[in-house]
Amino acid sequence: MTASLLLTGLVAVPWLGALLLGVAGSLPARAARSLAVLASASTLVFGVLLLARFDPSLPGLFVEERVPWIRSLGIDYHLGLDGMGLLFVLLTGILGPLALVTTLRRATRVRAAGAWFLLLQGSALGVFVALDFFPWFICWELSLVPAFFLIRGWGGAHAGTAAYRFVVFTLAGSAGLLLAFAALYAATGTMNFTDLARLRAAGELAGKLGALGAWTPVLVFLGVLVGLGVKAPLFPFHAWMPATYAEAPAGVSMFLTGVMSKMGVYGFFRLLWPIFPEELRAYAGPLLVMALGGVVLGALAALRSGNLRHMLAYSSLNHVSYCLLALFAVAGAGPADGVAVESALVGALLQAFNHGLSASALFFVAGVLEQRSGGDSDFARFGGVRNAAPRFALLAGVALFSSLGLPGLNGFVGEFLIFRGVFALQPLAAAVATVALLVTAIFLLSFWQRVFHGPRSGAVAGSFADLDAAEWRVLGPLVVLMILLGVAPQLLAGLINPLAMSWAASLTLP
Amino acid sequence: MSLLPWIPVATLVGALLALVAGARSAAAARVVALLTALFGAVAAGAAAARFAPSNELVTLVDLPWITQLGIRYHLAVDGISLSLVVLTALAATSGVLFSWTVAERVGEFFALYLTLVAGVYGVFLSADAFLFFVFYEIAIVPKYFLVAGWGSTRREYGAMKLVLYSFAGSALVLAGLVWTYGAGGAEGFSFGALTEAASRMSYGENVAAFGLVFFGFATLAGLFPLHTWAPTGHVAAPTAASMLLAGVVMKLGAYGCLRIALPFYPVGFAAWQLVIGWLAVAGIVYAGLVALVQRDFKFVIGYSSVSHMGFVMLGLATGEIEALAGATLQMFSHGVIAGLLFGVVGRMVYEREHTRDLVELEARPMHRRLPGAAAVFVLAGLASMGLPGFSGFPAELKILVGAWNFHPIWAVAAAVGVLVAGAFTLRVMQRAFFGQFGAAGAEPGEGGERLTLPEKLGAGLLLGATILIGLKPDLLLDWIVPALQSPAFHFAATNVVP
Amino acid sequence: MSIDYALLFRVLLPEALLTATALLVIGVDLVWGSGRSRGSRLQMAVGAGLLGVGVAALVIWQDGAQGSVWAGNLRVDLLAVAVRLGVLGLTGLSLLGLTGSRVSDQPAEYVALALLATVGFLQMAVAQNLLLAFLALELASLSLYVLAGYDRSRPESAEAALKYFLQGGVSAALLLFGFSLLYGMTGRIDLTGISMALAAHADGSLSAVAVGMVLAAFGFKAAVAPFHPWAPDVYQGAPPMSAALIASAAKLAGLAFFWRIFWSGLGPLAATAPLTGGAGGGWVPVLAAMCAVSLLLGNLVALAQVSIRRLLAYSAIGHAGALGLGLLSAGEVGPGPLFYYAATYGLATVGAFACLALLDRAGDGDRIEDLAGLRRRSPLLAACLAVFVLSLAGIPPLAGFFGKFVVFAAAFRIDGLSHPAGWVALLAIAMSAVALYYYLILLKQAWIAEDVRVRGPIEVPPAAALGVVLAAGLLIVLGAFPSLLLGRF
Repeated sequence: MTASLLLTGLVAVPWLGALLLGVAGSLPARAARSLAVLASASTLVFGVLLLARFDPSLPGLFVEERVPWIRSLGIDYHLGLDGMGLLFVLLTGILGPLALVTTLRRATRVRAAGAWFLLLQGSALGVFVALDFFPWFICWELSLVPAFFLIRGWGGAHAGTAAYRFVVFTLAGSAGLLLAFAALYAATGTMNFTDLARLRAAGELAGKLGALGAWTPVLVFLGVLVGLGVKAPLFPFHAWMPATYAEAPAGVSMFLTGVMSKMGVYGFFRLLWPIFPEELRAYAGPLLVMALGGVVLGALAALRSGNLRHMLAYSSLNHVSYCLLALFAVAGAGPADGVAVESALVGALLQAFNHGLSASALFFVAGVLEQRSGGDSDFARFGGVRNAAPRFALLAGVALFSSLGLPGLNGFVGEFLIFRGVFALQPLAAAVATVALLVTAIFLLSFWQRVFHGPRSGAVAGSFADLDAAEWRVLGPLVVLMILLGVAPQLLAGLINPLAMSWAASLTLP
Repeated sequence: MSLLPWIPVATLVGALLALVAGARSAAAARVVALLTALFGAVAAGAAAARFAPSNELVTLVDLPWITQLGIRYHLAVDGISLSLVVLTALAATSGVLFSWTVAERVGEFFALYLTLVAGVYGVFLSADAFLFFVFYEIAIVPKYFLVAGWGSTRREYGAMKLVLYSFAGSALVLAGLVWTYGAGGAEGFSFGALTEAASRMSYGENVAAFGLVFFGFATLAGLFPLHTWAPTGHVAAPTAASMLLAGVVMKLGAYGCLRIALPFYPVGFAAWQLVIGWLAVAGIVYAGLVALVQRDFKFVIGYSSVSHMGFVMLGLATGEIEALAGATLQMFSHGVIAGLLFGVVGRMVYEREHTRDLVELEARPMHRRLPGAAAVFVLAGLASMGLPGFSGFPAELKILVGAWNFHPIWAVAAAVGVLVAGAFTLRVMQRAFFGQFGAAGAEPGEGGERLTLPEKLGAGLLLGATILIGLKPDLLLDWIVPALQSPAFHFAATNVVP
Repeated sequence: MSIDYALLFRVLLPEALLTATALLVIGVDLVWGSGRSRGSRLQMAVGAGLLGVGVAALVIWQDGAQGSVWAGNLRVDLLAVAVRLGVLGLTGLSLLGLTGSRVSDQPAEYVALALLATVGFLQMAVAQNLLLAFLALELASLSLYVLAGYDRSRPESAEAALKYFLQGGVSAALLLFGFSLLYGMTGRIDLTGISMALAAHADGSLSAVAVGMVLAAFGFKAAVAPFHPWAPDVYQGAPPMSAALIASAAKLAGLAFFWRIFWSGLGPLAATAPLTGGAGGGWVPVLAAMCAVSLLLGNLVALAQVSIRRLLAYSAIGHAGALGLGLLSAGEVGPGPLFYYAATYGLATVGAFACLALLDRAGDGDRIEDLAGLRRRSPLLAACLAVFVLSLAGIPPLAGFFGKFVVFAAAFRIDGLSHPAGWVALLAIAMSAVALYYYLILLKQAWIAEDVRVRGPIEVPPAAALGVVLAAGLLIVLGAFPSLLLGRF
């Protein structure tokens, strides 16, 4: 563990960039764009620097910053990173600049869009590195503001309603989080994640919370669950999602699905599991049903959907639900087969990362299609894209098959590990989820067939340009990564293996 | 030698000077008003800089006044009052800045305004219940004339309702205090003497007297269902008055509850605690829901004030040091934020657009017409939503902590209130400023109307305060918490977490 | 029993001075005034009257309290001194206000009558003997009846005088009847003697009737319900400064007068007389009930008024309830609070009527809307009116607030809510919130409403301006430093 300002810098640089863009009123659009991209790409640089410090043999935090902040609330400025956090930081570092470029490409008001985007990116990073509720919650809540404005200001025709609903749903979750942490503080005097986890591990937390009232532990658990569940989203808290993903500008949708939904998943691993394992176990049944609901209904809804963006949104729900399914299966099983546990957990985190890549790639594809068709994203308006734009079709196909879980591409690894683990732990749930796999294959393939194959029709009938250089620069790296991580998944798994092993060990102990 | 005890008198003198100066030139009256407000700010700032937190009221001046009744001119300060004095200084100064464009009867306007401010300062500094009450009432009447004379939207109705509610509340307080004085055989009106007298009352008398005093004060604090004066009054009031009304004057009521009702009648408080808590919770949620469906921009802010003051009352109801500190912090926080919100609505928007109708505003590209106002409102709105990083968050968090300890359902209901606050703030932000955001149109033109310097200064002052306290609430909590550990608050449950 | 005639003369010197001044004013007017304008005659009369009042006040101030005089028939205690000075002050202010009123045909006689009424007030403050007391009261009342009807140009004035006279006559008769009964029961006409005799032995039903009569008379003099009906008509119909005298100096003197009758004379019957069937109640509960009714009726009916003076009349009825409360509690805590309240109430009332007189002179009507635009037409009047009205409303730091406060504190001091006074005090506090409404309506017109008609500025003669400014200043100073008055007891 080394003290450094790397983590502060990681969060602060995008924010500084946002500030610069915000105040530099006379900056020309080109310079603004370059500045924004630079600030956004800094995350990747920091991520690589942090990666260099990562010690694969240690499961815990390898970088930490902690100074007292608000004495009267027992709050510290506490940032830290372990393998899991690093995974998400890297994901942000990869997707952030790509999504930003996509957002700014055809945007009006470049400066404002760039500033909001950088604010969003910094906030997301803050969520991944903060270990005390106060700084964490600042970032968690702050991320809503730029998201709101990006959707509202640069989104589709009904973006106003979508943005409003998105924020209000998330605020409902935030109210639950606030409530829960107020209770935790009332009971323990700290809101620090690591301290709370330690108290839990020592077996003191339940008693202290129980002292506040018989129902308090349950209420607190539910508060956190709802808070994280809305963000991820966990079925049935997803009602905000389709419209939001559909109305947001393509670049923002990339970031929303690629990074922001992972904030929820991350929270499940960082907060809910370490602090509330008993509750998680006690309610594993209903939770599994909810996760399965997301998996199955997400797939079915995607199948029924005639609109590209809606389909991708539901597909996202489906894919993210796999991560949670794995977690709930592990939590519910209790002491169990270590290999299964480890495989489920590693699978869940890999799935989170991989879904980030493939889903953003697909949203980008959707964005390209919309742009070519003048804003339309109904399947029926497309046909024969492969003939019109073969290179685009190739890359889109890779993303699509990655999302589908084709072996050899990155998506396969996560889903495979999840299924391996869950089959051992909760066979029934795994069996049901398999059905959804089938449905996923159907809707993705039928999309592939309807849009890319056949004669050129609808919007594709006229001139339909292939990828230009800028689009290449976005989609290309994503596809390369998909292939690379599909071939060598251990690159990523190495980040989380030690952590997963220690978790598994703690569970398999008698 | 501290300047603090001179603030009320100096502000009254300033009021007089403003009146005199206003007869000659409006500009002179403005300058006098600003200087007077700045005097308060400087005095409060100097006192704050040298303030050593203690758990006693530190006497500033103590002179015999009405010896026949044992009444003294006794000003004193502790962490709680100093926080609120600082708040008053901030609100008063920015109020003057936001009133720079008042054009009619400027001298009278500022004279009334400063009289109100003087009364507020006096209340926060009083350590004698009679003196407290005198200042409390001095703050009531100018409101009527400010609202009825310079207001908008049914101003005479709003003014009258506002003043009659306040006065009826203060009548309850007077009845309770004088009864305590008489029945308990107090030697004077010092806090200690009345506390002692109250302890000599029978249980039933104590409970009844607490009811009178508490609900009297709570009327001004906007406790549901005594709050109905607040939205109409705030809407009718001119900008500076509504800033001061919502920002500071409502705090007078809450401060009275905290400083007088609770410590004087701990027995009565215990009997009423549940009722108060439920009313507070009802107010938080009810006012929030009402704010959600308003069409007048200012009504949204008016109801939001009631909702936020519900948190203060909830904190008081729990009677715990933690939550009392939260309630005090919330007083400060809401004072700053409400001042800011009313400033945006009244000064920045209404004076330029001449409408507060959200439907009309929604149809205008407000983010381009008034980019500065939009920016300020976004920040103020975030603060009002209780986002971490702004002063409302630590306050509400502490109150929630207290509520958890006392009655978990209150905590849950209050969390619902937080959500509703988020929803209505977002709604009004969206409709008032961003109705045409993203609609076809060019870059935000430079043609948008810029904020004037006084507006920038006023908004900057208040925004700075809410962010500073949001990031470093210890600045105030280090004053407040020791003050709450004084013997006067011995009743407060010390459920302080380990 | 030897009588110190020198002392008696000293004590009665103010009365003598005022009487002489009254005669002098008439005489000079007769000789010097013929052929001169009414204005200058008024100035002469007021000047002479003020001089007389001033000298009389100086004498009283110089002599201070002298205790019992003339075999105990007069009592010059601290209260008497204070009340006499107060009465003179209020009369002086009324005279100043007169210079701003419409000038009547016979200004000198008006002043003389006012001075004679004041003589009665002065006597009321010191009389310790039923006969003297009654004489003093009648001297004052008779002068006031005439003053009320002095404006011959307006039929309302005559109507007011007639109503005042008829109801006053009935009340005088009742009072006399009550006094006779007291004399019959006790064989004494001095208050101390009556008190001792009553304490030793009181005939239940007879004393009940006697007390009832005195209460009724008090009700009339102080305009306490249900004996108030004269007040609105007189306030509205009488010339403003006559109404001012009736509402201020007469009230102050009357309260001192009845304080003596009730506590020095009827004290033993306070709680034991069988008015309420002998069950522990005396005149105190009855008076408390009267006060309560007065508070309710006065304040609620005032809400509906359109005439300023009628509004003031009903507000006066409400105030009379609070003054009665002061009378109730004066037995326990002494007359200090009562005096403070009555004196400052008188100040505010005189001031308000002086303002109304100036408006009346400028030809304005008496409706509340007629105040509109006063701020523009005369900032001075508007400001002073605000002080008077806010003091009546009981807003600190004005004296009216502290008057109420100290009376309520005294009422609660008796025995909290176990004593009826406590409940009346609660009611009075509640009613003060109601009262604020109609007081603010007045101020709203004066300060905020714009005048629909175009009316020129109001001319305020210097003497009248001095009067209102003095009254307003006193209200502020006495409100900020109540010990100046309270400390005299």
